[in-house]
Amino acid sequence: MFYRETGQFKTTYAADQQIFPIRQDRIGILLLLAVAFVGIPLFASEYWFTAILVPFLIFALAALGLNILTGYAGQLSLGSAAFMAVGAYAAYNFQVRVEGMPVLVSFLLAGLTSAAVGILFGLPSLRIKGFYLAVATLAAQFFIVWCLTKFPYLSNDSSSGVISVPGVTILGFAFDTPRSNYLLVLSLVLLLALAAKNLVRSSTGRAWMAVRDMDVAAEVIGIRLMHTKLLAFAVSSFYCGVAGALYAFCYLGSVEPDGFSLDMSFKILFMIIVGGVGSILGSFLGAAFILLLPIFLDISLPAVASLLHLPFDNATVSHIQLMVFGALIMFFLVVEPHGLARLWQIAKEKLRLWPFPH
Amino acid sequence: MAREIGEVILDLRNISLRFGGVKALTDISFDVRDHEIRAIIGPNGAGKSSMLNVINGVYRPQEGEIVFHGEHRRDMDTHAAAAAGIARTFQNIALFKGMSVLDNLMTGRNLKMKAGFLQHALWWGPARREELEHRRKVEEVIDFLEIEHIRKTPVGRLPYGLQKRVELGRALAAEPKMLLLDEPMAGMNVEEKQDMCRFILDVNDQFGTTIVLIEHDMGVVMDISDRVVVLDYGKKIGDGAPDEVKNNPEVIAAYLGTQH
Repeated sequence: MFYRETGQFKTTYAADQQIFPIRQDRIGILLLLAVAFVGIPLFASEYWFTAILVPFLIFALAALGLNILTGYAGQLSLGSAAFMAVGAYAAYNFQVRVEGMPVLVSFLLAGLTSAAVGILFGLPSLRIKGFYLAVATLAAQFFIVWCLTKFPYLSNDSSSGVISVPGVTILGFAFDTPRSNYLLVLSLVLLLALAAKNLVRSSTGRAWMAVRDMDVAAEVIGIRLMHTKLLAFAVSSFYCGVAGALYAFCYLGSVEPDGFSLDMSFKILFMIIVGGVGSILGSFLGAAFILLLPIFLDISLPAVASLLHLPFDNATVSHIQLMVFGALIMFFLVVEPHGLARLWQIAKEKLRLWPFPH
Repeated sequence: MAREIGEVILDLRNISLRFGGVKALTDISFDVRDHEIRAIIGPNGAGKSSMLNVINGVYRPQEGEIVFHGEHRRDMDTHAAAAAGIARTFQNIALFKGMSVLDNLMTGRNLKMKAGFLQHALWWGPARREELEHRRKVEEVIDFLEIEHIRKTPVGRLPYGLQKRVELGRALAAEPKMLLLDEPMAGMNVEEKQDMCRFILDVNDQFGTTIVLIEHDMGVVMDISDRVVVLDYGKKIGDGAPDEVKNNPEVIAAYLGTQH
């Protein structure tokens, strides 16, 4: 009833090819941006910035990177956390070793370094697919973490590879409060998300999806498989690398190689599976689901337990929390195997017709 | 106005293709003239699809020579074939299932798009212009094939007959000089076949596209093709106008069996 595109006629192809062709969507996204840039900074507490919003945005960026590779180009990868580690350590090294290096440039270089490493570990994708490729990217995961621990040069000779990054200062402005830090991360993540959306709606993205859906037909059309796959690895790793740099510089401040574990790679993979494989929005929804749900359960479960006078101690509650978390993931996947983004799309289609059934 | 068949543009000379010990094609030679509709027929497993795969470089023959537009080659490669203007459809529909009809057709023009991925990421200048310009071309194909109503539909949701039509559209979007159609009418009802025949004839007539066609429906083959080549067990057993081929005793034997 409220969400209907009746009367919104497109008279040019440019109008038809907008990211949000429906007026209600454009209004919605503007409202969301207003909340993110104005509302939240005005009202959110420090806890929200540092413990919820910033990690959510950073993981959404990493999930976006993996989604480009797995969701759009169809190449399964289990090395996302390792590529984040490359980004974090590269940004750190550029900062420490190059005098007067602007932070944003070192983030960019971190992304490019990660992209180069991504291309290297993407080479097996030219010969192998699916689960076998996943095993090959697993090698990246272990090898990179091992390298960062093994070679002290990479962590500027700190013990066991722990690095403490300097604060972020851009053009003389120090991003040292949680609020300014959040705004910086938000801006970067949104810019990169916009670039990703542009990529996937252009011929680059179509080539990725063509390789994903039917590689023989793609080849016959004249798409070069090698170039397309390696570009997907490069762009994906760039995104993961920048996410890693932000993870170190804007979230934790101090990281160690073992922090970028296989667990974290799996977490990012779950984000895109739950959120929606092959969807930009899905990367954000998935990151929100995987990161925020445990926090929500953390707060709500003890409250529910005490309300019902259940004799649970803290350990039991945390076990229950894990069980509920797992059950919810399964529930959403059974309801909609294509993820939350697809659920949202179905909801929109229903809304167009509401209150009529057809 | 009568259609004018031109010079030989594709000449296949003594093509042999083996997979290990299996001989898929043995010493096959035939040519395709500009602007004609050339059919390849034969019983199942005769090597018809392999022949198309040789023409556009999916398979590389062990022996023989391919002459395309005067250029001599040992074998084709897929990229060169696409760049030279050869497009094709597949026996089992090979559309990009997760993409919309429009995106499938746009992908067909991928080779014509020159903007780099950084320009795409910024949606800037040439990338944006190119996208609009190619959209216009794709819309012409959409109009031609009468699939306006499904342009935003994911192809996975379409019925079989329409998917076949979209696949033809994807090949046409590349504005090919030569179109290879692998059983474009398989599994269709009479009405859908009639539509498909009309499109094939129109493509040939309006755009002057040369068509190489594999088809099992003999009625269709005899009606629309200019010349027919017949394969059986990877060997050529007949070649010529439909009427000649129809009366060729070897061809009749291959299809109906011989009397013992």
